[in-house]
Amino acid sequence: MPDTTVYQEVEGKGADYYALVGWLAVFAASGLGASFYMEHYGHVVTSMTNGIVWGTPHVFAVFLIVAASGVLNVSSISSVFSRAHYKPMARLSAVTAVALLAGGLMVLLLDLGRPDRLIVAMTYYNFKSIFAWNIFLYTGFFVIVLVYLWMMMEKRWMHHSKKAGLLAFVWRLSLTTGTGSIFGFLVARPGYDAAIMAPMFIAMSFAFGLAIFIILVSVIYKATGRPLGDLILFKMRNLLGTFVAAACYFSVVQHLTNLYAAEHMGVESFILWNGGIYTFLFWVVQIGVGTLFPLAMLFNPATGRTCQGINIASMAVIAGGFAQLYVIIIGGQAFPLQLFPGMEVSSSFFDGQVHAYAPSLPELVLGFSGIATAMLIVAVAVKYLPLLPTSLSDANIRTNRSLEHEADKTVD
Amino acid sequence: MRSAIKFLSLAILGLAILGGGLASPVNAGEVPLPNPAKAFKGEQCVEPVDVMRRDHMTFLKHQRDETLREGVRGNKYSLNECIACHAVKSPDVAGGKVRTLKPFCAECHAYAAVSIDCFQCHTGAAQ
Amino acid sequence: MTEQKTIDTAKRAFMKAGASAAAIAIAPGVSLYSIGAHAATGPASSAKRWGMLVDANTDEGVWDIAVEACKKEQGWGGGNNPATDPQWIRKVSIKDPKTGAKASLPVMCQHCDSPPCVDVCPTGASMKRADGIVLVDKHICIGCRYCMMACPYSCRSFVHEPVSGQKPHMPRGKGTVESCTMCVHRVDKGQNPACVDAVNATGSQAMMFGDLNDPNSDISRAVSKFVTQRIRTDLGVEPSVHYRGI
Repeated sequence: MPDTTVYQEVEGKGADYYALVGWLAVFAASGLGASFYMEHYGHVVTSMTNGIVWGTPHVFAVFLIVAASGVLNVSSISSVFSRAHYKPMARLSAVTAVALLAGGLMVLLLDLGRPDRLIVAMTYYNFKSIFAWNIFLYTGFFVIVLVYLWMMMEKRWMHHSKKAGLLAFVWRLSLTTGTGSIFGFLVARPGYDAAIMAPMFIAMSFAFGLAIFIILVSVIYKATGRPLGDLILFKMRNLLGTFVAAACYFSVVQHLTNLYAAEHMGVESFILWNGGIYTFLFWVVQIGVGTLFPLAMLFNPATGRTCQGINIASMAVIAGGFAQLYVIIIGGQAFPLQLFPGMEVSSSFFDGQVHAYAPSLPELVLGFSGIATAMLIVAVAVKYLPLLPTSLSDANIRTNRSLEHEADKTVD
Repeated sequence: MRSAIKFLSLAILGLAILGGGLASPVNAGEVPLPNPAKAFKGEQCVEPVDVMRRDHMTFLKHQRDETLREGVRGNKYSLNECIACHAVKSPDVAGGKVRTLKPFCAECHAYAAVSIDCFQCHTGAAQ
Repeated sequence: MTEQKTIDTAKRAFMKAGASAAAIAIAPGVSLYSIGAHAATGPASSAKRWGMLVDANTDEGVWDIAVEACKKEQGWGGGNNPATDPQWIRKVSIKDPKTGAKASLPVMCQHCDSPPCVDVCPTGASMKRADGIVLVDKHICIGCRYCMMACPYSCRSFVHEPVSGQKPHMPRGKGTVESCTMCVHRVDKGQNPACVDAVNATGSQAMMFGDLNDPNSDISRAVSKFVTQRIRTDLGVEPSVHYRGI
């Protein structure tokens, strides 16, 4: 079905644009500085310890990686599931996916104990490790999505974009399964070791990715003065509500199952009622701010029919997402390993004790630099590539949906 | 057309500079050639000097896997054997009190600007 | 422009052989220092499976001796930040909350037969030698700490600070992961790990080391005579460190 959408680069000449790009570059560069500081003095300058080995940078990195695969949903829905409403936004969705993944991987790699050994990581592989598979899944994702994007933009190849979209869809499901399995495959820790982590991460990716995308589209269209109609906004709103509910479902099933098993009682009571900060983050931020509040905002006619309301709900989903990952990654490590189940254990290595952790400045700077890098890539891409439709108004979406002729036009 | 001319002229300029640099005799008094410290003991290394110069990194790389992963110790290219002969004292290392590989390895590596990773973990000092 | 001559190594070797033959013939008093006089040992073989037997029915002071011996042998310890300082072996005190009964035992890398740390390492740096000793190949460790997440015994440490004064047999560096090597450098010479020797030097038999695959070794006889426990056998990782009295 040919597409009459007119795609045009963002002008990007005003002081606002340069200020935005400038600040994003500053935040991205400060992450490099933080990483150099950590690498030079050693990880002792962070709050990560032998007990909490993965900290704030990993929370940010996993969030960005998970969101990257979710943000590709919009393109997938248009190509694989043939929902023409979403087609005009498919290009932005693909670029944002690549940008978020790049940001997440940057944070992950810069936090390594030996980031200078990146070449080693890319040439020595242990294929029993899901981490090794992930390296291929992540680099493959870049290639596949960029090819998919190119096919969407190149007139002669457009009819192949559906196949590329299908490959991208299957690949991103594998990628997110791989990311969830990083935790799901760990038998040692009672907070992980669950097959449900993989599908749970997929549901989370849907929710976080779409929330980011809604905010991105709203902000860009407002800043450039291009019309953004209710039709497409409300469709995304409904989808976001569904995804948030799905993510909540998997989390509920995980915790209910753990509660049922006596052997997991320790970690469940830690997360659910006596874990201090982790309990707060789970109930107040993940469930309250991240699930119930957005669902209420999205489906209440008074707030769910306004661009502002939908965006606030999206931001809440993102906050809930960070809290969920913080509880999973850091809470899961804070709870002590059970060397002697049922016994009280103590040692000089903090056996039997909850491991202490609070995010440190270098870690936060590094984490935020990942977000800044991703946004910087998007900001530059929309200026130099025709990614954004000139109009997402209802009229345009409806025309696009019901049309038969007219080739795709791109304005140089 | 214009860009092709620009590219060609830059290329020619670059080649001229490079050629001019190479045309001057090596070591026109700017950077002194490296002078690795003479070995503490022994007249000859396990391989001839020219072979060692070219291939010592390959020997070390294979030896490290043989020793660590397979448990073969005391081979010809063992790092401890290198230290036994090549570690010497130098006034800029620990005040000249300890024999280390630094005066030997660092000389050529600094000259060639090839950074090595070994001594972040390996002590390089003779006991 | 100086020309790069290709070196004819075969010709050089011939010339050198000829020259040295002549030199030896002319100056019989000169002798060349011969290197490589030590015989190479190894490789490690899967015919052996190194293991330990620890008797927890021992005064807990013995475990402090074991920890200090390891520190001295391998060159770790002495930091002032217990959360980030490496700890290759530690004394763990257990108490039964219902009865108040107490015990203590040393916990170090359990050198599992199916080590989860080896499974998860992306580069293969975390490895198991043929004879069962689990090691970190620090040449290719990228410091991702996934093995530390995966270890059920929390026995691996990350080097959080720059290190100096390493022992020649135990290279250690900032940014890599390390753990008990079962004193592989001593085992390959036919000796016991330092902790075992230090404990035995006090007259205690609380720690024993040997080849579990050799039916005639002391340790095999001991684990055949007494039922021993291993920590978290339910996980199926098959540790090689056996305990009595826990």
